[in-house]
Amino acid sequence: MALVKQKMLALNGDEAVAYAAKQSDVDVVAAYPITPQTIIVERFSEYVANGEVDTEFVCVESEHSALTACLTAAATGARAFTATASAGLALMHEILYVTSGCRAPVVMAVVNRALSAPINIHCDHSDSMVERDCGWIQIYVENSQEVYDSIIQAFKIAENPGLLLPVMVGLDGFTLSHTLENVQTLPDDLVKTFVGTRQFPLVTTHEGKTVPFKLDPKTPETIGPLDLHDYYFEHKRQQEEAMRIAPKIIQQVHEEYAKISGRRYGDGLIEPHYLEDAETAIVCVGSTSGTVKTVVNELRSKRMKVGLLRLRTFRPLPVKEITKALENVKAVAVMDRSLSFGGHGGAVFHEIRHILYDASTHPYVVNYIYGLGGRDTNPNLMHKIYRDLQRILETQRIEEPVQFIGLRE
Amino acid sequence: MFSEWKFTAKDIAEKPDLFMSGHRACAGCAPATVLRLIMKALRGPTIVTFATGCMEVVSTIYPYTSWKIPYIHTAFENVAANASGIEAALKILKKKGRIPQEHVDVIAFAGDGGTYDIGIQALSGAVERGHDFLYVLYDNEAYMNTGIQRSGGTPHGASTTTSPAGTVIPGKLEYKKPIADIMVAHDIPYAATASPHYWKDLITKARKGIEVNGPAFLHVFAPCPRGWRSDISKSIEISHLAVETCIFPLWEAINGEHQLSAPSKVMALRPERKKPVREYLQLQGRFRHLFTPKFEKVIDEIQRITDERWQRLLKKCNIA
Repeated sequence: MALVKQKMLALNGDEAVAYAAKQSDVDVVAAYPITPQTIIVERFSEYVANGEVDTEFVCVESEHSALTACLTAAATGARAFTATASAGLALMHEILYVTSGCRAPVVMAVVNRALSAPINIHCDHSDSMVERDCGWIQIYVENSQEVYDSIIQAFKIAENPGLLLPVMVGLDGFTLSHTLENVQTLPDDLVKTFVGTRQFPLVTTHEGKTVPFKLDPKTPETIGPLDLHDYYFEHKRQQEEAMRIAPKIIQQVHEEYAKISGRRYGDGLIEPHYLEDAETAIVCVGSTSGTVKTVVNELRSKRMKVGLLRLRTFRPLPVKEITKALENVKAVAVMDRSLSFGGHGGAVFHEIRHILYDASTHPYVVNYIYGLGGRDTNPNLMHKIYRDLQRILETQRIEEPVQFIGLRE
Repeated sequence: MFSEWKFTAKDIAEKPDLFMSGHRACAGCAPATVLRLIMKALRGPTIVTFATGCMEVVSTIYPYTSWKIPYIHTAFENVAANASGIEAALKILKKKGRIPQEHVDVIAFAGDGGTYDIGIQALSGAVERGHDFLYVLYDNEAYMNTGIQRSGGTPHGASTTTSPAGTVIPGKLEYKKPIADIMVAHDIPYAATASPHYWKDLITKARKGIEVNGPAFLHVFAPCPRGWRSDISKSIEISHLAVETCIFPLWEAINGEHQLSAPSKVMALRPERKKPVREYLQLQGRFRHLFTPKFEKVIDEIQRITDERWQRLLKKCNIA
């Protein structure tokens, strides 16, 4: 099938998010402006003010209410979207769990930035990494094109009647949110058709009736009941079951979207770059992978066997795919843009080293904490990391498994 | 602004219950009576949403529910945001033709903790935004579900587990927050107070709150025998005395214009009928310590503040 003609727009990451949400025919947007996601809410407000969207925009008084209103709107049958960052996501913490627990397929853009204190408005992943256990699918993007594509995909993933899991799409604060980029956009009607309208799975009510899962006076049901030790555990297990089927659905949606857009991000879960014969590799999430790719390309031109593994989907964690992608690598550096104080390295490091414990061959795995509070992450740092990995291979020894990079020490 | 809905006790008795028996509320629970009565006020398809609290806990223990209409609970502090999301969704889904065109009412329920304290931000925001919903505060004057801790709705002098009457301190030192006045100050189209003793007044006001376009706030007095240390057979009698002592006067504010409701109007027109607060207090163990020589002055203080607030209300109602 020939691809349709796409329109190139100069958008920053936030505008790309707002544009994707607009095209996805969202029913309810409840949002609260907070740096650096403010532009998303502002752009969307403009769409509403100009009649460009058929959306109920609820300009709430806090992020807690923003997510709550999205949750209940979704439970009522609407397509719901919000956006937040940093402190706003932290304020939503309680409702993140309630949203996934109520199986409300809300889509949220998280413009990643540092948590206070000290107060800081710039990028790191502290805000969403700490929410990795809350039952949401987490997708981290590399650039504004990908965030446009991923928001559209997110609705189709979240609302899959067999899944019903909320999705957060992380984009790096300022680095992506405020940087203008050329973004290829699909025609409105194509996106609308692709996302489709919400379909509801059938559930059994307490009266034994089979009804669509939503708040509807014609088919009354109780959502969010008190669930004690006799049932809670099973319901949590069901959420985990949904997480287990999620990778397949994420990949399917990614593939269907690739067919209409011509754009792919690895297999939708991970994006390997020169990994086939790589001896050393960096693993990272977010926009930093763009910088790493540049360095990998440069080193490859010097015939150095280096590679990159970008995790696009962090929740659910694509364990098999990661294991396979790293099976021939001898030394791995995991990049973490967040910190687990007092722990042994960052969140991504924990996962990668943990996965590789079960692998047939055990590469060296080290961790670099980088870029906190928006600290610039330049190619020189990546060169240093690949040199470090090379030295580990030469000496067959890890001197310091967890290091900080790009800061005064 | 309101329909001419008239009803008799028979009509109400014959109207099917939407809040069903079988829930786990305690004996003598006035909030459960309040819910049942308010459900009699519905005019058509309705979605209810609850804040975490006694009534949420007792009415929806999985896999059971007392609700014959759609119900959603999410958390403690956000029931007004729940209602905002539901209302927004109904509006747009109707506009897009994805749901039937008939009107669906939205009612949010919360206790005093979920309203006066942790829920006031979401409530204030939702009222400011003007969502079309009825917010019902069932006020049992403390966090009863978690073990009788004081809230902003707990009255002066009441002993709770976090404002206990000790040898030095006579129960709660602070005064009950005038929550309904705060709602009126939001320029809310409809606010009212109600007591389950005056069931007809309560149902009428709930119906008005449902009918009004935009937000409505109904503050319902709701004795809790467990927390108030009162006899389980006295909840309705206490609800009666609260009005007769003017501790909990009944009024409505329609577009900010206050008017006394009939039971309280009697007290205004015939002040000799107004009973001393002592009669109300003595039925409740939470005020027991006040009937000792050491703390009896607190009763005078409760009388003083009750009279002062009553006079202020009379002025608002142009009765002086």
